[in-house]
Amino acid sequence: MATIDTVRSAPTTAKTRSYQASRRLRRTTLYLVVIILAIIFAFPFFYTVSSSLKGQWEVLLFPPTLLPDVPQWLNYVRVFQVTPFGTWLLNTITVVVLSTSGAVISSTLVGYSLARFRYRGRDLLLMLALATMMLPGQVTLIPQFLLFNKLGWINTIRPLWIPAWFGGGAFNIFLMRQFMMTLPVELDEAASIDGASRLRTFLTILVPLCKPAIATMAVISFMGNWSDFMSPLIYLNSQDKFTVAVGLNYFKAVPASSEEQFYHYLMAACVISLAPCIVMFFSAQRYFVRGIAMTGLKG
Amino acid sequence: MDLAVGKPLSANRRLSLLARIVGAESELKKKDALQGYLFALPWIIGLVVFVAGPILVSVYLSLNDYSVLSGATWVGLANYRRAFLEDPLFWPSLGRTLYYAGAVVPISLVGSLLLATLLNQKLRGTNAFRSLFFLPHLTPTVALAVLWSWLLHPHLGPVNMVIQALGLEPYPFLTTRQTVIPSMIMISTWSSVGGNNMLIFLAGLQGVPAELYEAADIDGASSARKFLNITLPMISPSILFNLVMGIIGALKVFGLAYVATNGGPNYGSWFFALHIYSQAFAYFRLGYGSALAWFFAAILIVFTMIQLRLSNRWVFYAGAN
Repeated sequence: MATIDTVRSAPTTAKTRSYQASRRLRRTTLYLVVIILAIIFAFPFFYTVSSSLKGQWEVLLFPPTLLPDVPQWLNYVRVFQVTPFGTWLLNTITVVVLSTSGAVISSTLVGYSLARFRYRGRDLLLMLALATMMLPGQVTLIPQFLLFNKLGWINTIRPLWIPAWFGGGAFNIFLMRQFMMTLPVELDEAASIDGASRLRTFLTILVPLCKPAIATMAVISFMGNWSDFMSPLIYLNSQDKFTVAVGLNYFKAVPASSEEQFYHYLMAACVISLAPCIVMFFSAQRYFVRGIAMTGLKG
Repeated sequence: MDLAVGKPLSANRRLSLLARIVGAESELKKKDALQGYLFALPWIIGLVVFVAGPILVSVYLSLNDYSVLSGATWVGLANYRRAFLEDPLFWPSLGRTLYYAGAVVPISLVGSLLLATLLNQKLRGTNAFRSLFFLPHLTPTVALAVLWSWLLHPHLGPVNMVIQALGLEPYPFLTTRQTVIPSMIMISTWSSVGGNNMLIFLAGLQGVPAELYEAADIDGASSARKFLNITLPMISPSILFNLVMGIIGALKVFGLAYVATNGGPNYGSWFFALHIYSQAFAYFRLGYGSALAWFFAAILIVFTMIQLRLSNRWVFYAGAN
């Protein structure tokens, strides 16, 4: 402590002063750059929200205004009146809840099997999971379409969530397996000595310990399912079955009434469709950021 | 992990056939192994029904002329020949996709690394900035396309209004063949540069041991030198991961072009994934669509393999020798 004090109280030479000045200049420049970048990334959002609250002609005003004169909150109500947006939201929520829970439950089970059991073909199952991650979805899409067509599932939301219950995808299986490998196997053994069955050990010991990984997986698959566009585009053809993603695309292509300029409604619909992702991100940021970082480091 | 395989026969003799099939050493372990299969059952079924089965069917379909109504007619490699020689959209859409990916991948990779480096400067409010940078990545593709096709609208969009207010000609971002792909490259860069790539780089940068930089400081190394000789090698596994995933993602570009321009104007943004989609699900040429999908899969796999093969020349794993 004494040495530090003497150093601090020593008269500052011109050299250290110029060093401090250049350091301060550097920090200021960095802050400036970060703030400008933040504006570039955030401004389109701000402008979307602002436009969604403008009047029908105000949104097309030249030159464009930054804020609405009077916020038109009714735009958000009108979106639900001019389009079946309520139905689309409900469909999307159903798909997201069913597919996310399916992915979480089944990949946790499979991860447990791959991390804690010994049987012939176990490593092959893991390898095949990793291999399917390389294969583009397009290859299996057409046969899957034929399969769902044969089952009479076209124009229902079933193709969008039922497959998630069968393993929840290679990535999730791999994530759960890796996470469980880091948990000490002695915990399982202790439970087994106490007479717990494998299922009981899984439910009472491993699942509670896996909560962080489960939360990460739930957040990531929520986002993926919410924004998914190609599968609902392929499987859903009537308006009352649409999810928000295909609905928004449809809404964009077919204006509410042919002559009406509808950009303010369209922007309101955009805000509604991206709000859940943003809310989810901010409320579960910790899990999300860790999950993404984990995938990168494992790769 | 099949420990039973190497055991002497005498130990195995008393075991039931089932135990030997599942690779168990004792009857007790047999029961355990069977439970293992039970827990893995969702994935075993999923693998057969949604992956392996469809792969086989897809190979078969690609060798057939197939429609939902009339069924399959064997045509051998005719679908592939048609793609390579007769389909006027095949090579252009492939070239366009490579052009797009060739621009998006390096731009967003370098951009993400710069952003991550910036966030790693221990500035105050780093978490808030990280969240702001990440916002665009959270936008669902359809909303992204709708949003930007309005912002860039030739007459009504605010960007062109500002351009006109400055006394310039409106710029036809998404409405001419020459400008549509550069505009899409810009949109994707905006949406992806602060996304997952940046978070992965940031985690990588934070994992570089401070001692390395301290040692370099003692040797009087400049910032640029430290970046080139310490930072880059230490985060090279993250670079590889982002590169591989970035190329796969960029080659699969679909939603942005489908929603913003529907592949237009005049096929100007008709990417390969759009071509597969329209052949398979707009014209229901499922055989031809499968052939296109296999060609696409081959390209992706070859790209990934080449990168992984080349990676041991430049990727440094700190834990390995």
